[in-house]
Amino acid sequence: MAAQKLSIAKALNESLRKALETDPKVLIMGEDVGKLGGVFRITDGLQKDFGEDRVIDTPLAESGIVGTAIGLALRGYRPIVEIQFDGFVFPAYDQIVTQLAKMHARALGKIKMPVVIRIPYGGGIGAVEHHSESPEALFAHVAGLKVVSPSNASDAYWMMQQAVQSDDPIIFFEPKRRYWDKGDLDTESIPLPLHKAVVAREGSDLTLAAYGPMVKVCLEAAAAAQEEGKSLEVLDLRSMSPIDFDAVQTSVEKTGRLVVVHEAPVFYGSGAEIAARITERCFYHLEAPVLRVGGYHAPYPPARLEDEYLPGLDRVLDAVDRSLAY
Amino acid sequence: MTVESTAARKPRRSSKRTSAAKTPQSSEPQLVQLLTPEGERVEHPDFEIDLSPDELRGLYRDMVLTRRFDAEATALQRQGELGLWASLLGQEAAQIGSGRALRDDDYVFPTYREHGVAWCRGVDPTNLLGMFRGVNHGGWDPSTNNFHLYTIVIGSQTLHATGYAMGVAKDGADSAVVAYFGDGASSQGDVAEAFTFSAVYNAPVVFFCQNNQWAISEPTEKQMRVPLYQRAQGFGFPGVRVDGNDVLACLAVTRSALERARRGEGPTLVEAFTYRMGAHTTSDDPTKYRADEERAAWEAKDPILRLRTYLEKQDLADAAFFAALEEESETLGKRVREAVRAMPDPDRLAIFDHAYADGNPLVDEERAQFAAYQASFAEEGN
Ligand SMILES: Cc1ncc(C[n+]2csc(CCOP(=O)(O)OP(=O)(O)O)c2C)c(N)n1
Repeated sequence: MAAQKLSIAKALNESLRKALETDPKVLIMGEDVGKLGGVFRITDGLQKDFGEDRVIDTPLAESGIVGTAIGLALRGYRPIVEIQFDGFVFPAYDQIVTQLAKMHARALGKIKMPVVIRIPYGGGIGAVEHHSESPEALFAHVAGLKVVSPSNASDAYWMMQQAVQSDDPIIFFEPKRRYWDKGDLDTESIPLPLHKAVVAREGSDLTLAAYGPMVKVCLEAAAAAQEEGKSLEVLDLRSMSPIDFDAVQTSVEKTGRLVVVHEAPVFYGSGAEIAARITERCFYHLEAPVLRVGGYHAPYPPARLEDEYLPGLDRVLDAVDRSLAY
Repeated sequence: MTVESTAARKPRRSSKRTSAAKTPQSSEPQLVQLLTPEGERVEHPDFEIDLSPDELRGLYRDMVLTRRFDAEATALQRQGELGLWASLLGQEAAQIGSGRALRDDDYVFPTYREHGVAWCRGVDPTNLLGMFRGVNHGGWDPSTNNFHLYTIVIGSQTLHATGYAMGVAKDGADSAVVAYFGDGASSQGDVAEAFTFSAVYNAPVVFFCQNNQWAISEPTEKQMRVPLYQRAQGFGFPGVRVDGNDVLACLAVTRSALERARRGEGPTLVEAFTYRMGAHTTSDDPTKYRADEERAAWEAKDPILRLRTYLEKQDLADAAFFAALEEESETLGKRVREAVRAMPDPDRLAIFDHAYADGNPLVDEERAQFAAYQASFAEEGN
């Protein structure tokens, strides 16, 4: 299987399968990952083919799941942990922040923590509370963790391979409302490095920087803007920690304008970090202040209001207009 | 998933039914039972109960109406009126039995499935649907009925219940608190911490675990190696396993645990051994992980059927009673259906309501921006 069209969900499934095949030390752990194949079916069929020793249904205890994954990693395993939904990672937050993130540094580099924590995240699926959150900034703020989010099937496949091979703990945010979006996957191509940003669409008037679920919205916004004669460049950051600031800088030096778009609340969000750094790096290139589009400083609303809360095409284009008006 | 309304269909007679040899009853002698699956009254040395015919009919009515409500909600989800529903089908006895053991001044901390307990507390069932429809995250004022909001993050509420109970004790009140949770939730660290705190502070709290055998796709063997109720002992308080499909036993056991709490003797863990007859939620597909025969075996222990058999055998209820109840069920179903369809979407600005009690300038600013932005569409005539 070289080139094919797959959903993000299926690409992740194939990638996890490949990881289990390639390295006997790779394990999958989580709630309902076995027979059910996960509530989103990302691990579908894996327990059947690799057994209960490799694809492990765990007790319902996130702190336990991550804490034992740390122990398994100390013993030479490479656990891939599934947290069922974004809002349920917090029982494990203590283990992730106080232990997983710091183990390597505390051991003066003698210990590696090759743990991948997969988290389906973000809104847009009409779910009840705690099922639609975007807590990436809470993880990106913690030194020792790396945080990534693919926006398409090819990245889903390759970034998962790279995350599993990484000796650092990786928080792997999967944009759940894009699980069923299909895209091209070439399993024999040479992938981009894990933390490299990519120009998803070329443009010259303004840069839209996004990751995960918002890349699609930004591409749609760029297409709509094109009809009004505006040329927008769309950057898919792919990684929120580290951030490929060089790529953002290159784009902004070309366009002179930057709008950062994410679902997470704007306040203290990743857009704030990007705006600050790019202002430092590109002060004389900027034609307008860096603008941010994202969620509000309010609890993620009930499903009937999420379309208002999530940045859509209109809000992105509105920010584009404001930037261009400077 | 198949969730039928058994209130609507004619219950089958149970006389010829034999409970399977490997039922938990036979393998678990500790299970408290007062009413057998065949509808026979049995005695238990520690848990006695003496209910009037009215009270017995009341329990039956509660269970039938709760099941009817649940079936209606499932149907409404199928019709696209609700985004999700977590059915309690099969767990009516555990919820009504424990719920009817409560006094008004007691306080309940539910999960997301305690529709029957909410019914006992007097929460209008239509209020339970808002969060499943996606118009709010709760929909009722917990202090009105001493029934806290549904908690989705599993196990969290057991700590809230414990803290609340610690407060009750500090106040010198003699009310008690009940924390509901599932067998899967018992694996959470929060639940272990709740056990520790409640024991150490002798908090008047009853931990009511509905062991419905499954945590989504994971059977109880993936959560524990000793029967759940035995866990209490290690924390220093009693645990008891009750037949969760026996409403009388659930009532008696919960009542006794509440009395113990009121007397200042501390927490109790009640494990109601029951079964989730439907899917975990309407998003779940149980055919991926469990056998049909399992459900069939538990259907023979249906909590509603069993009480009906008893009522009929003892001549405690006549055809007119059942007919009137049937009608009441239909009326309830209709009321719920209409209420849900009439439930308006919230105002857009509600996103910003109640983010803080004392206000916050950032929220005010974002709210104003949002309002102006929305208004700009109106101006454009869109
Ligand atoms: C902390 C946390 N992790 C995961 C979930 C997702 N989840 C919701 S319900 C559930 C199963 C709960 O099973 P159990 O406690 O037995 O209760 P039941 O639903 O069977 O009544 C899971 C895993 C959650 N809500 N919270």
